[in-house]
Amino acid sequence: MSGESENTELLGACRMCLAIPGKIIEIASDNPESALIDVVGVRRRVDLGLLQDDPPVPGDWVLIHVGFAMSKISEQDAIEQMETLKMLGESDAALQEVSGYSLDDSYKLKVSK
Amino acid sequence: MRFVDEFRQPELISKAAEEIRRLADPGRHYRMMEVCGGHTHAIYRFGLKDVLPSNLELIHGPGCPVCVLPMGRIDDGLAVARQPDVIFAAFGDMMRVPGTQGSPLEHKARGMDVRIVYSPADALKLARTNPDKHVLFFAIGFETTAPSTALTILRAKAEGIKNFSVFCNHVTIIPAIRAILDSPDMRLDAFIGPGHVSTVIGCRPYEWIAQNERKPIVVCGFEPVDLLQSIVMLLRQLKAGEAKVENQYKRVVPWEGNRAALRAMSEVFQLRSYFEWRGLGFISQSALRIRDEYAEWDTEQRFSVPGVRVTDPKAAQCGEVLKGVLKPHQCKLFGQECTPEHPIGALMVSSEGSCAAYYNYEHRKMATANILIQTA
Repeated sequence: MSGESENTELLGACRMCLAIPGKIIEIASDNPESALIDVVGVRRRVDLGLLQDDPPVPGDWVLIHVGFAMSKISEQDAIEQMETLKMLGESDAALQEVSGYSLDDSYKLKVSK
Repeated sequence: MRFVDEFRQPELISKAAEEIRRLADPGRHYRMMEVCGGHTHAIYRFGLKDVLPSNLELIHGPGCPVCVLPMGRIDDGLAVARQPDVIFAAFGDMMRVPGTQGSPLEHKARGMDVRIVYSPADALKLARTNPDKHVLFFAIGFETTAPSTALTILRAKAEGIKNFSVFCNHVTIIPAIRAILDSPDMRLDAFIGPGHVSTVIGCRPYEWIAQNERKPIVVCGFEPVDLLQSIVMLLRQLKAGEAKVENQYKRVVPWEGNRAALRAMSEVFQLRSYFEWRGLGFISQSALRIRDEYAEWDTEQRFSVPGVRVTDPKAAQCGEVLKGVLKPHQCKLFGQECTPEHPIGALMVSSEGSCAAYYNYEHRKMATANILIQTA
């Protein structure tokens, strides 16, 4: 079950407060509010429902909170946000979190080259 | 000096630190509250206190959702999950938080079906794949996570998923700031405003702090440079005798917030008349409950919830620390009985709690000072 983890070492990190930058790769043809996103090589489904007033398109960058895209950001800001997570020691937690999003089983963890 | 190497923009850091020293009036003592637990964590992690003048004090605010949750709510959620065929799903943040009879993780060890989820949507998925069980999602967080919970309930309704409910502990940041400002033992000059909460609520809800309370507030990002620049902006306002809302985190936070997220929240949630905050007591209209139209997905309306109230151990001074009256290390239990490995108070449980942040990062205090020496 990909939504679970027993990594107690990371249990202390405040995951719900993490804002994770991701790039929209594609939007589901049967569901305009479900997108495949890429976070430094890890790909996952994310819910776009909270951006319905200004829907992102493939190639756009978004900040993701608990599996939902919450705001559109520039590529530069996305890179800087990932740097911030690294500085805060939270980038591993962020990637583990993204790996844990199990919104759609048809997209198992993929790591790009 | 691996840690120092992790800093970006060292020149900007030292420039902002210089500007802070130039602006701060040596004859005045400044008390600024960072509302958000993410900022508390960043401030300790980066050792920022050590580049600030000694007359500029940062007070750690109530913006760590795990820390302000009363223990009784954990007991309540676990009491429902003790019923047969219930799955208790929660963010990893909740797993080590102690209830009176142990944490969710300890209940899991005793046989309760406890699952860590990363998203409320994952909890809904558990309900889909376990149709013979009831999935209780233990929802927690400020406005950063509340819209996602709301949308998940809307999705559950649209799909007709009935074996799913939300035990709603969502809280709202503005009433907590108001409670702190109303607290008689509190004197603050300015606020470092939360970053990601503001992505949702925007900057307008803070205007009363500037207009009515005459306190400057700057919505702030999470890098060392963001925090130092926000402090510069606050000092400039204080020097000019101004009090306004400014947005240092414009690259992420729109002034108007995220209207779709606010719509989802107001569709599903309404304000509770009051809610208990650990360390702050009962605050009126400070938390969200699920509207009656969505009662089917509300744990509190579907199940009998005991309504446990637990007073914190007398020796633990979480309340004073939470209000900034005491520093973490001034609590009698700090680092002795209460450590991140064996937390007694909630401020030690989350990495964003001021006690855990203080405990984990105190030894890094020279890092930022060193970078300034190197770049001087």
